[in-house]
Amino acid sequence: MDGVGRMSGMIVKDAPPARRSRGAAYWQVAPFALLFLVFFIVPLVLTVAVSFWRFDDYVLTPDLNLDAYREVFEGCIDKLPSLCVTFATYLSTLRFALMAWATTLVLGFGIAYFLAFHVRSVPMQMALFLLCTVPFWTSNIIRMVAWVPLLGRNGLVNQALQAVGATKAPLDWLLYSEFSVVLAFVHLYTLFMMVPIFNSMARIDRSLIEAARDAGASGWQTLWNVVIPLCKPGIVIGSIFVLTIVMGDFVTVGIMGGQQIASIGKVIQVQMSYLQFPIAAANAVVLLGIVLLMIWALTRLVDIRREL
Amino acid sequence: MTETPVGIGRPGRRDMLRAAASLAAVGAATTLAAPAVHAQAPVTLRYLGTAVNQSAEIAAKVKQDLGIVIEYIPVTTDDVIRRAVTQPNTFDLLDMEYFSAKRVAPSGNLQGIEARRIKLFDKITPVFTRGVTAGGKVLGEQGTAPKKVQFLTGRNSKEFATSPTEWMSLIPTTYNADTLGIRPDLIGRPIDSWAELLNPQFRGKASILNIPSIGIMDAAMVMEATGAYQYPDKGNMTRAEIDRTMAMLTEAKKAGQFRAFWSDFNESVNLMASGETVIQSMWSPAVTKVRSQGVQCIYQPLKEGYRAWATGFGMPRTLEGRKLDGAYEFINWFLSGWAGAFLNRQGYYSAVLETAQANMEPYEWAYWMEGKPAAQDIKAPDGSLLEKAGTVRDGGSYEERMGRVACWNAVMDENAYLIRKWNEFIAA
Repeated sequence: MDGVGRMSGMIVKDAPPARRSRGAAYWQVAPFALLFLVFFIVPLVLTVAVSFWRFDDYVLTPDLNLDAYREVFEGCIDKLPSLCVTFATYLSTLRFALMAWATTLVLGFGIAYFLAFHVRSVPMQMALFLLCTVPFWTSNIIRMVAWVPLLGRNGLVNQALQAVGATKAPLDWLLYSEFSVVLAFVHLYTLFMMVPIFNSMARIDRSLIEAARDAGASGWQTLWNVVIPLCKPGIVIGSIFVLTIVMGDFVTVGIMGGQQIASIGKVIQVQMSYLQFPIAAANAVVLLGIVLLMIWALTRLVDIRREL
Repeated sequence: MTETPVGIGRPGRRDMLRAAASLAAVGAATTLAAPAVHAQAPVTLRYLGTAVNQSAEIAAKVKQDLGIVIEYIPVTTDDVIRRAVTQPNTFDLLDMEYFSAKRVAPSGNLQGIEARRIKLFDKITPVFTRGVTAGGKVLGEQGTAPKKVQFLTGRNSKEFATSPTEWMSLIPTTYNADTLGIRPDLIGRPIDSWAELLNPQFRGKASILNIPSIGIMDAAMVMEATGAYQYPDKGNMTRAEIDRTMAMLTEAKKAGQFRAFWSDFNESVNLMASGETVIQSMWSPAVTKVRSQGVQCIYQPLKEGYRAWATGFGMPRTLEGRKLDGAYEFINWFLSGWAGAFLNRQGYYSAVLETAQANMEPYEWAYWMEGKPAAQDIKAPDGSLLEKAGTVRDGGSYEERMGRVACWNAVMDENAYLIRKWNEFIAA
């Protein structure tokens, strides 16, 4: 990744290379650009377009009106200070995103640190790395279903807790609660946080750490003043992964929350299934805007392009 | 109930067939003398519906009997409608809920099915054509009762006829009467009213469907059972009625009444079998499945009656030629008994009862349809044990169950408003 980043930087900054090689470069990017255009840009443009269309039960009419957006934000201003559905849903989704982000960050950083600095042999690193991908060896649905016998009212955890006398009655909040939703997110997405951080850590020059120690820095000081600043790109990339996935999620929130917890993805899904395409599209555009803002804010913290 | 789509393993051959068929079509259109070989190719029908109704056994049997290849396209109830409305060219046969017809027909994507080409039309149970059982019991009409959407005014009509015509919107396949499933071992007292669903005694142990149009009707049954309000039509509420019903549900949700909402057959089975819930809205085969795991579960008849549903075959407007003939052939086969018996043995009801009876053992018929104690062990179509000898079906006979239908699954005129309120409810 490093090499590629620098190369492309060079092409932009330096004197333009010979015309022939530029032509070749265009040909080289063409397949991916085309793929990107057809499967990303076009659908995105369509989504934005549809959000302005008019819609009665069966016919979508191209138009330019804001009805869908009005519907999305209905009551959001005049109901204040109590929250309208859209605001409440975004707030709830945002809260889950932050909880999942904070937990995966701490865990991901810890695991990456262990792998990068404490495991010496590369084969061992690889083996442990593979171990971290275990959650992805089965399908999403099976993973979700498996939580019931574990966390359910008569599940393993509750039985164990009661057996050792820690609780008298089964704990209901283990499943179909905010706790279980965050737990599932952490279980699924810690890897996405860990990998970029590990990648950053692996590239830290070990002599820097030695130098810090020689200069009398304690372990925590080294971590805070040397390791973390050098891991920033990894942290930001991992954060972007986790935040964007969680913001758009509706399957995990649905299943682990017992369908009782709202998420913006779920709202969109319900609207889609009842053929309310413009409103769903408007919601998707708003969601996209918010996620883009979050990514923009994160990249303001760290200039990923330069750091890479 | 196996949900394995049939024929998915051989896309190569299917594509060939499709290519051959389209070649043949081109040949016919341009009046090129195409070789007669293509006439040998079996008709393939792309069958769009929910996985629950798509049995591998039925596809295998029809292949054997008629040589017609059924290619299942399993999607959710909502996706059936979405596809029927937006992509009518992507399937040849539609298996959908009657209430969906109310949303699909106005799109003009359904073609009227000619009643006289349906051989057993006269034998189709009057539940669909007149809204009464064969025994003369009058069914509740609230919601999308099948007779309201059973007939179209013409082949290409977008409107439903108020009295029987020769054009049918759907040919009924299965129907049933839904009620609450309970865990008698965990409840330990008799349950006889819908009101129990929101009884605080079951706080954190109740569940409803997360399908807005159906969930709200269960809530309406509760509302009426508590005596708080009587709806003129539970299946077509006014905005004020929707507000009122959702307010009751929201209050219950905030008080922690619901353990979870379910939207899929297996979810409902898991919730009940694991003891996460002890009372919830449920489907009949799901109760059977819980019981087959050795867990006590009753499909409890309630004094306020049942909420019924029905599904049927529809034909897309674009269906023509050999495929159209194949679709009629398949539907006629479906009504001729084997499939009906197959469905009855799962606890559903079939559209033509006589032919289904002829394909069932007398003791099976007595158990499933007449509400008599099972003379011997009742087996599922796959041979596994469903009920031991001596058991009686919950709710009793066909007449007793269907005769006590209070309302039908529906799509309301205020559907968009309901969806918004439902999203509010989930967010509450």
